[in-house]
Amino acid sequence: MAETLFTVIVEGDPERAATITEALTGPGLELRVIAPGPGLARRIAALQPELVLIDAASPSRDELEELTLASGPMERPVAIFVDQSDSNMTRAVVESGVAAYVVDGLKPSRLRPVLDAAVARFNMLHKMRAELAQTRAALEERKLVDRAKGIIMRARNLPEDEAYALMRRTAMEKGRKMADIAQAVVTASEMLK
Amino acid sequence: MSRPVDLGFIPLVDAAPLIVADRMGFADEERLKLQLHRARNWSMLRDWLSMGHVDAAQMLSVMPIAGRLGLGGAPVEFEAPMVLSLCGQAVAITPSLAQELRDAGLQIDFADALAARKALQIARPEGVQIAVPFPFSMQAELLHLWLDGAVDLTTRTIPPPQMPDAIGSGEIEAFCVGEPWGSDAVERGAAELLLPGTAIWSAAPEKVLATRRGWIESNPDLGGALMRAVWRACRWLALPESRVTASEMLAREDALGIEPEVIERALSGRLLLSQTGDTVDSPGFLSFHDGTANFPWRSQAAWIGWQLGARMGLDPSASAAEAQAVWRPDLFRRHLAGTAVLPAASAKVEGACPQPVQAGADRGTVELGRNTFFDGRIFDLLPSD
Repeated sequence: MAETLFTVIVEGDPERAATITEALTGPGLELRVIAPGPGLARRIAALQPELVLIDAASPSRDELEELTLASGPMERPVAIFVDQSDSNMTRAVVESGVAAYVVDGLKPSRLRPVLDAAVARFNMLHKMRAELAQTRAALEERKLVDRAKGIIMRARNLPEDEAYALMRRTAMEKGRKMADIAQAVVTASEMLK
Repeated sequence: MSRPVDLGFIPLVDAAPLIVADRMGFADEERLKLQLHRARNWSMLRDWLSMGHVDAAQMLSVMPIAGRLGLGGAPVEFEAPMVLSLCGQAVAITPSLAQELRDAGLQIDFADALAARKALQIARPEGVQIAVPFPFSMQAELLHLWLDGAVDLTTRTIPPPQMPDAIGSGEIEAFCVGEPWGSDAVERGAAELLLPGTAIWSAAPEKVLATRRGWIESNPDLGGALMRAVWRACRWLALPESRVTASEMLAREDALGIEPEVIERALSGRLLLSQTGDTVDSPGFLSFHDGTANFPWRSQAAWIGWQLGARMGLDPSASAAEAQAVWRPDLFRRHLAGTAVLPAASAKVEGACPQPVQAGADRGTVELGRNTFFDGRIFDLLPSD
């Protein structure tokens, strides 16, 4: 039993939580997912985990600092710095966007496999999130350009391809993005209504 | 050839010295290329600095001292060669709590901390929970100083930009945080402003420029250039005619991403207390430069160490002595000699100046700004040198 590493994962989104636990599940590891929210530090301290994983950008992150004010085994949780000698590992942890809190004195050898898996999984989640944001932004841009095109077609009595060509030409001449030009057209037309 | 320096900041009005140093060309003058990184929470910023992802950062004045005292998750030691700002915090409460305080006889004037405390005692005899940006922050220290022994205070940690949402959704009924988040909550009709930080301590060191311990000594040219660029940005920020430009600069999406009009309130010290209420003048609400605002007085560090140590069950006097090592007036003197007017001493009695006074300096005298606590106490923690 002594070899079981008890890990708490703080994640409010059930899908993300499932993705993370799936990657980490294995022998020698006991996982518990808890949602962020009031009393987070107290709830974690009550569970007495050896390792806590949380998205580094999570708004609940700073509440974990209160762990150091609670008594018990989490008396001295140390952020991320698993093994100061292993700077590659530390860097990978920081860049993946996972924040790890470990109880002081936990052996790096026991931690390493879990952190490797967590880093890989968080990297994947962040990539997915970035791609989703990109897709959304592209979609928004597309909508904006379509609106601007419609405005120009009506105002100048132009067919669709010429309205589009006019915007493209203007963007190139001004050295601006199509979306910026489209935004300007939409804003101006709203003002002139 | 300009030299790159990476800086971390949290979206707050008092990130202005770093943003202004970049945008107004003060860094260019020192041949520096500042690369600003916005963090989502204080832990993230601390990890960036620990890891060397950034070279220096805007930091809560209490954070590096907590680390030195062995509190919190910071594994690397930091130091503060310079103070970026004094005060600028606001205590905000829900409109319904504001009404309860009025019912308890309080006229909310954004100035009288004793009257506000008395009303809070009546309205919340069972105690009050107030959100702070970090467990180790001037906000937490000011609240404890103000309420301990009178009102049972529990604090809860929420990153600054999340405060307006938290109070708007009813998750919390009060918070103390740096601007513009108090005014933003007022703008949304979610809060009223009760007190400025200055009403508790008129000269509280709020943010410091933090580096890893020894970074400036290992990089004296770069560190010195950074300190001078940031110091000049602070001086520029203190000019009344800079306010509009500064507000616009901070409003940008890659800085704070909030209306310039809301940001300008903190810079001018003219704050709107509630959505339908009055605008008040709050002199000295936020200081970037006045008097010796940027000088890292050892007595400020000692004060933080004493208060934090006492609250955490450590020996206050030993904690005060430890804390001093985090503040580096020696680096300030070395790198700002000939630029800033340097006070003759590096420690003062905190809380002992109801009015500004002149003190000895390397060139003539320098003005020590108003420095008082809400209950008139004074802290003489260090022998002056």
